[in-house]
Amino acid sequence: MTSENVTMQGPVCPLPISHYDHIMLGHGSGGKMTHDLVKRLFASAFNNEALAAGDDSASLPLPAAAQLEGRLSFTTDSHIVSPLFFPGGDIGRLAVCGTVNDLCMLGAEPLYLTAGFILEEGLSIEILQRVVRAMQAAAIEAGVQIVAGDTKVVEKGKADGLFINTAGLGWIPAGRHISGSLARPGDVVLISGSLGDHGMAVLTARGELGLETGIQSDVAPLNSLIAAVLKAAPNTHVLRDPTRGGLGTTLNEIAAQSKISIWLDETAIPVSPAVRSACEMLGFDPLYVANEGKVIVILPAAEAQAGLAAMKQHPLGQSAAKIGEIKEGSAGRVQLRTAFGSTRILDMLAGEMLPRIC
Amino acid sequence: MRFTDEFRDASMVKTVLEEIRRTVTRPWVLMEICGGQTHAIMRYGLDQLLPPEVELVHGPGCPVCVTPLELIDKALAIAARPDVIFTSFGDMLRVPGSQADLFSIRARGGQVRVVYSPLDAVRIAQENPDHQVVFFAIGFETTAPANAASVIQAKALGLKNYSILASHVCVPPAMHAILGSPANRIQGFLAAGHVCSVMGTWEYPPIAAQYQVPIVVTGFEPLDLLNGILMTLRQLEAGKAGVENAYPRVVTERGNVAAQKMILQVFEPCDRQWRGIGLIPMSGLGLRAEMEEFDAEKRFSVSGIQTRESELCIAGQVLQGLKKPHHCPAFGRQCTPETPLGAPMVSSEGACSAYFRYHREEA
Repeated sequence: MTSENVTMQGPVCPLPISHYDHIMLGHGSGGKMTHDLVKRLFASAFNNEALAAGDDSASLPLPAAAQLEGRLSFTTDSHIVSPLFFPGGDIGRLAVCGTVNDLCMLGAEPLYLTAGFILEEGLSIEILQRVVRAMQAAAIEAGVQIVAGDTKVVEKGKADGLFINTAGLGWIPAGRHISGSLARPGDVVLISGSLGDHGMAVLTARGELGLETGIQSDVAPLNSLIAAVLKAAPNTHVLRDPTRGGLGTTLNEIAAQSKISIWLDETAIPVSPAVRSACEMLGFDPLYVANEGKVIVILPAAEAQAGLAAMKQHPLGQSAAKIGEIKEGSAGRVQLRTAFGSTRILDMLAGEMLPRIC
Repeated sequence: MRFTDEFRDASMVKTVLEEIRRTVTRPWVLMEICGGQTHAIMRYGLDQLLPPEVELVHGPGCPVCVTPLELIDKALAIAARPDVIFTSFGDMLRVPGSQADLFSIRARGGQVRVVYSPLDAVRIAQENPDHQVVFFAIGFETTAPANAASVIQAKALGLKNYSILASHVCVPPAMHAILGSPANRIQGFLAAGHVCSVMGTWEYPPIAAQYQVPIVVTGFEPLDLLNGILMTLRQLEAGKAGVENAYPRVVTERGNVAAQKMILQVFEPCDRQWRGIGLIPMSGLGLRAEMEEFDAEKRFSVSGIQTRESELCIAGQVLQGLKKPHHCPAFGRQCTPETPLGAPMVSSEGACSAYFRYHREEA
């Protein structure tokens, strides 16, 4: 606050303060403060025609290639994470990548996102700026536009700094059929890289464990990787990102949806030494830890080599691996072959993952 | 990962398994004491790889499972108080009491926090002088030293708002109870490596001699476990009943003397109820009289607790090695990790949860 803001000339109210370091309830009023915030922070960062039009909703052109063919893919995701910034990413990058990746998992080309912000009174504007810049950088990386948005402010103590909801619209080219229900016996299961990095990066960043690791979150938009896979393996049946609940939970969902069983080779599943060590210490299983930049690809055996090679050539898929196959029988089950030749079930994660006692 | 991968080496595992097959000539029943061992056996499928003559029975060494229901109900009552911040290891939050669990107390507004060490609970007490901070001090001899350290630290800091709800249990009295039971089938023990890292092996020769059972201190990796099994079988086949150490990289005969001293500075032996098993004389550790001010049971008079166990749950028989988890009519039906009837389905060391997670097919 500077003296120019408060000019007391005669019996008039002081001018409202337009420049704040922190989010105030007024920023969510819908009045001038809201407008200023939107103009200064959001519109300038997410600069595009649809947003600049300033209407109640965005008016968007169809992609030229669509020619009214194919289908739309539409999704939404709310993002809460503590801390807001963690090694390898932040809530903004997560909010863009999460929704972009959800669109990609049907083979859609992501086009447009919306962003809804719930801000806690007192949040530093500088933090919000960093988050918004990270969102814009991730949107550019993914080749999508953030075309509509909303901001609400809640009283201090009623939110954890900042929550972001993103919705996304994508275009699925005609003839592309990808779904969690399409895994078939004989198919091969690929994973685009090592597991558990995001979850362990966030957990250790909280600092409650007294554990210091160099683990970085893998949060990344997967659309270019997936485009490369689909070019090499056009008959891919399933794409899914093993986010919350990790590989184990996601594969159980697919096994149930497709009514098949999935057999994994434990030794083939890539996990980085740092994640393995951290999980070992805490009694976590990396197969249940969240990822934000990995994709499970299930495809016919005839295209597995080509699909795997395409992933390995992509910067986000260098440690991609074949980890298992689809079989008939025991529908809905995921089985794991250990290094010793024994087998066990890989079940869904039940409730919260809890560190062990001793 | 160094110091771990070596003990998961597939070709070495094969070699030890072949040696076990060569050694065994008739059926034997062995008990692994510790729930961590049970989970490793199930997780790596070691039971599938052993010759059919070797039966592994799962022991009572799951701290969450044997914590008496009455104490869990007391914990829930204390945690629900508005003036209390209740701290616990994560494992305890989902354990069902008679009516609720700590998760539901938290959802109803109770201040329940997961800590990774009891010393974190002491720090919380320092930071929250307006609140009573209670730590749920459960476990075997493994967790007792750190829990004792928290009391010693709280005393040194002069904290008046820190206390522990203690329910420590000890392994040797439980072995006496199992071996002394007329229903006992156990012919050899894999003693719990982590407990022995604190307590050493000196407590076991009298037990081995009295009941004529081999006791082999065993670790938690696949090779540790198979090696422990092999050493136990060799003794059984040779008619021996001695104490051996198959976990020498961690366990010594005397154990961690400093930790043992710390335990005795804060705790003393007492009678203890084991959930599902009953009272085992002098099987627990309770706070010494001079540490009474840190006893949450004394600080908060919690009375009128009426415990009610599930009628279906056979946890007690599972914990004594008399039945396997899948013998329970509720296993995988009414009782799952999301809706547990008994503690062994909850804990990361519980036998029922190990069967449910890794081997439901055979159930």
